[in-house]
Amino acid sequence: MSGNSEPLTPRAKLAVTAGRAAAAVSRAAGRGSGSVIGGRVALKLDPDLLGRLAQHLDVVLVSATNGKTTTTRLIAEALRAAGPVVSNALGANMPAGITSALAGGSDARFGVIEVDEKYLAGVARDVTPKAIALLNLSRDQLDRAAETRMLAEKWREGLAGSKAIVIANADDPLIVWAASSSPTVVWVAAGQEWKDDAWSCPSCGGVMQRPGDDWFCGECGFRRPAPSWVLNGDYVLDPHGSAWPIRLQLPGRANKANAATSAAVAACFGVPPQVALERMYSVQAVAGRYDVVSFMDRELRLLLAKNPAGWLETFSLIDPPPTPVILAVNARGADGTDTSWLWDVDYTRLAGHPIFVIGDRRLDLAVRLEVAGLDFRVCDTVDEAVRSAPPGRIELIANYTAFQDVRRRVGN
Amino acid sequence: MSDSSLRLVWVYPDLLSTYGDQGNALVVERRARQRGLDVMRIDVRSDQPIPTSGDIYLIGGGEDRPQRLASERLRRDGGLNRAAENGAIIFSVCAGYQILGHEFINDLGEREPGLGLIDVVSTRGEGERCVGDVLADIDPRFGLPQLTGFENHQGITHLGPTARPFARTVIGRGNGTGDGTEGAYNDTVFGTYMHGPVMARNPQIADLLLKLALDVNALPPTDDRWYEALRNERISSASQPA
Repeated sequence: MSGNSEPLTPRAKLAVTAGRAAAAVSRAAGRGSGSVIGGRVALKLDPDLLGRLAQHLDVVLVSATNGKTTTTRLIAEALRAAGPVVSNALGANMPAGITSALAGGSDARFGVIEVDEKYLAGVARDVTPKAIALLNLSRDQLDRAAETRMLAEKWREGLAGSKAIVIANADDPLIVWAASSSPTVVWVAAGQEWKDDAWSCPSCGGVMQRPGDDWFCGECGFRRPAPSWVLNGDYVLDPHGSAWPIRLQLPGRANKANAATSAAVAACFGVPPQVALERMYSVQAVAGRYDVVSFMDRELRLLLAKNPAGWLETFSLIDPPPTPVILAVNARGADGTDTSWLWDVDYTRLAGHPIFVIGDRRLDLAVRLEVAGLDFRVCDTVDEAVRSAPPGRIELIANYTAFQDVRRRVGN
Repeated sequence: MSDSSLRLVWVYPDLLSTYGDQGNALVVERRARQRGLDVMRIDVRSDQPIPTSGDIYLIGGGEDRPQRLASERLRRDGGLNRAAENGAIIFSVCAGYQILGHEFINDLGEREPGLGLIDVVSTRGEGERCVGDVLADIDPRFGLPQLTGFENHQGITHLGPTARPFARTVIGRGNGTGDGTEGAYNDTVFGTYMHGPVMARNPQIADLLLKLALDVNALPPTDDRWYEALRNERISSASQPA
């Protein structure tokens, strides 16, 4: 740990060492990075370890349905302008994974931590963050009964006593509901293309009115707060009204929104927007997402979309027709075992693209596309899909475990 | 059927469209158009009146609080009951199914009155949520193949004397009463716990609704190979031990 504060207790030191040892064993056994098992061992020996590891750091937590991993990465890059950063950059975002990541950053000044939505309130209690960034909330893995509005309600209760500065998306009514219990909120107009989880007022249940970019409840007066940061096309306006260009290697509107929020977070830590945004340009791919790979002499861009809101944002960033598109869908544990959500995605947006369908649940997708009136071809493997695709760079959109399958196959 | 086009009403998408049940409306619309019918799809938000002259009404599943709000607004509006009196076809899923019964347990743990269009009463189970693939035999009077769907609910729905079970489960919980029933219907008002969405897995149910609405015994055939492939896969997957 940085020597400017009290050192870890002997118990905490032992826990960190035991955790590292367990992680090393797990790595040696070929079971991944070992960060989760290491964190579990360490937390068992010292349940308060997470809080102890964080007390020497200026911490920012990042949570959302979509964009957590990317935004965590963008904030980490920005804050490196001011000092060393420790971060769970690989997306292990539950308490064990977070503990493990923090234990590995003994010289860091900042902790930039992605947190799973369900654990946000608990982690916020444990680590006393300086800032919390809340991006968006929408339906995801519903067969686990994680109801979206209930999640917003839990955040609202959990954050009510927090001293953290909350940086929150003013364009997502569920986020505004969750954040507005906090004493200090910085509102960012970051946009949100997906609207179908917020037609009902999170406060009173009234029907939301959504003229243009504005929104308000016709019954109780709950409404969009005035933002102090605004994403406007390729620029972000800061609270002083200065417009800063957002130049990213990452594609799409959603990543500009992530960058705008990250700039607002960086400002809370004293890093000016210009510096923060310039540093974000260096981010090329995040855990394989957005990566352009070469496979069977073709170029494939790998895009992850886990839920309806994610698919919608992804459709808006792919190259126009006749760019071939491969869609890959699984329904294993980590994806949620229900594929009904496919029907919340407007696949007619893919009209004109040659479409190839793979994954465990390619037949669910085939029926979905048939009903959307699209032409498509069902393939057994990514190899077959790539072989069948007409010339040009291929856009490959996959949900969680399908994405991992593809990465393994294409050697990314 | 009124005028020249089929009026397909999708009830309260702002409250009851959480589990992909919009797919039912998409499948019914698609299959009607494939038969050369004009379709007018009418999405009715919960601050708008329910039209009473629709041919087919579809209602989906939703979370607990939206379910209560939907029931309150549907009772206040009265349009769906009037449509049922006019002989409209109504097909409901999960939370929507419970709303069409006499009562259900709302998000506050209280008994909430429904519309009484299906003779059922729903309570909430104490145990684990019913989550997973379902296989069931549909009431033989409809002459339909096996029902395949995905259930995700904690409800227990008891059938009253005038309701008939829509199907009998082979795999899965269905109505959760332990008697093997799944869904229910009274005349032309149907309810099921099946998501998937249910019409995507069972396009013959969409055709059943169309036949009832058009008052015909048969429809021109459609190319159903992707539906068939999906059905075969889901039925075989559900039949295998986990």
